[in-house]
Amino acid sequence: MKRFSLLSLMRSAWSAHLDWPSYWRFPDPKRAYDVIIIGAGGHGLATAYYLAREHGMRNVGVLERGWLGGGNTGRNTTIVRSNYLWDESAFLYEHSLRMWESLAEELNINVMLSQRGVLNLAHSHGDVREARRRIHANRLNGIDAEWLDVAEAKAFCPVLDISPEARYPVLGGTLQRRAGVARHDAVAWGYARAADALGVDLIQNCEVTGFDIQGGRVKGVRTTRGAIAAGRVAIVAAGHNSVLAQLAGVRLPLQSHPLQALVSEPVKPVLPCVVMSNAVHVYVSQSDRGELVMGAGIDGFNSYAQRGSFHVIEHQMAACLALFPVFSRLRMMRTWGGIVDVCPDASPIIGELPVEGLFMNGGWGTGGFKSTPGSGHVFAWNIAKGEPHPLARPFALERFTSGALIDEHGAAGVAH
Amino acid sequence: MLLIRCPWCGPRDETEFRNGGPAHIVRPREPTTTDEAAWGEYLFIRDNPKGWFRERWVHAAGCRRWFNALRHTVSHEIEATYRVDETPPEPPV
Repeated sequence: MKRFSLLSLMRSAWSAHLDWPSYWRFPDPKRAYDVIIIGAGGHGLATAYYLAREHGMRNVGVLERGWLGGGNTGRNTTIVRSNYLWDESAFLYEHSLRMWESLAEELNINVMLSQRGVLNLAHSHGDVREARRRIHANRLNGIDAEWLDVAEAKAFCPVLDISPEARYPVLGGTLQRRAGVARHDAVAWGYARAADALGVDLIQNCEVTGFDIQGGRVKGVRTTRGAIAAGRVAIVAAGHNSVLAQLAGVRLPLQSHPLQALVSEPVKPVLPCVVMSNAVHVYVSQSDRGELVMGAGIDGFNSYAQRGSFHVIEHQMAACLALFPVFSRLRMMRTWGGIVDVCPDASPIIGELPVEGLFMNGGWGTGGFKSTPGSGHVFAWNIAKGEPHPLARPFALERFTSGALIDEHGAAGVAH
Repeated sequence: MLLIRCPWCGPRDETEFRNGGPAHIVRPREPTTTDEAAWGEYLFIRDNPKGWFRERWVHAAGCRRWFNALRHTVSHEIEATYRVDETPPEPPV
């Protein structure tokens, strides 16, 4: 791996930057690996990286049906935050946010983390009480959170419409200043490049079609590029987790839904922060290119098509304009969808499945991007040591039998 | 955008309906003797097929009645809608 530095950039300028090597190799699959990871999105690549970096497991293959980072990793609205209500989630997402803060140095790639602040609006007295409760919970867990009254919210985000006659009047909001946005592609590419440099094989265009399970223990996978043996297999396939688990005979508490997002035409800097409103259902930020990036809610029906219904977008735009009438004449440039696997309690499933040696990290639903580093970190621990990381222990599949759910619908940011 | 045929009202726009998730989930018959695993299964574990899928809908902005549909989760094609007391249709081959 040729490292990025001021010196290397200057040196390569002499050769018109034509001497940069490929970020990763394109190897053929080996006949056997110690660990196979299914899915080369952010979470899968991060898992592979931390397996190699922290646990010395370098005989790792990451199998990807399509292309690297082409699923939800490249389709989200890039928001990074950790202001979750319950202790279990707060610790996990804060672990991730702290890793975000040093990720660029760790991976030697610019992940463009911009801690511009995430403002969650309150529109009713119920909202206000709930928001203040969240602030107290966050602070008790060492997460920065503060309450902004209407004037302070307006000062922080000047384009916000705070007029009392608005359809959904703003009564204030919570602010996490350390939250913000990051460059989603760079995260995938950075983890891929760093994992590849440590010897991990990234195998694209390789679909898993079945598992080799003997005596309740996984022995390998069957793929479109032949059978591959492995001591441990990890499913990190987001919307397709249920499909893969079914191949291994495991049923999960997941439902796959389309989640849509859209961007406007680029304009000059107008929105200095990320604004979210659960009640009106908006989350919007402005990209470095000037586009407004907005996310809609999930479509109500199950789907594996990476597209949703137009009325969901329409509803999202109406909500956005209720908060920001100033955007009414902006044209929308693109919409797209990804398939998210939604858990009944809007929290992820991390851990070993009822098949020995078969692990899974999924159910992140609408909020997986922010947790990419922390998720990969705790999941790699789980695979390497065969027992859950302390932060991941509450997120095991067993909670759907014990009843110890981690209900984060309030913090998910997206209506389910 | 889907065009959904309500068994009572006929074809209507998707925005009149709300999806109710998987159909034909049976509550445990003997609650007092049902163990935790079976309750967990009933409450949370769901089929999530990539393909034909039987699901519930309610005509929320119409007759407000529930019914079932056989729909494909990739093409979104609706093969049939049927009342809850009707025999579920088989998926097309």
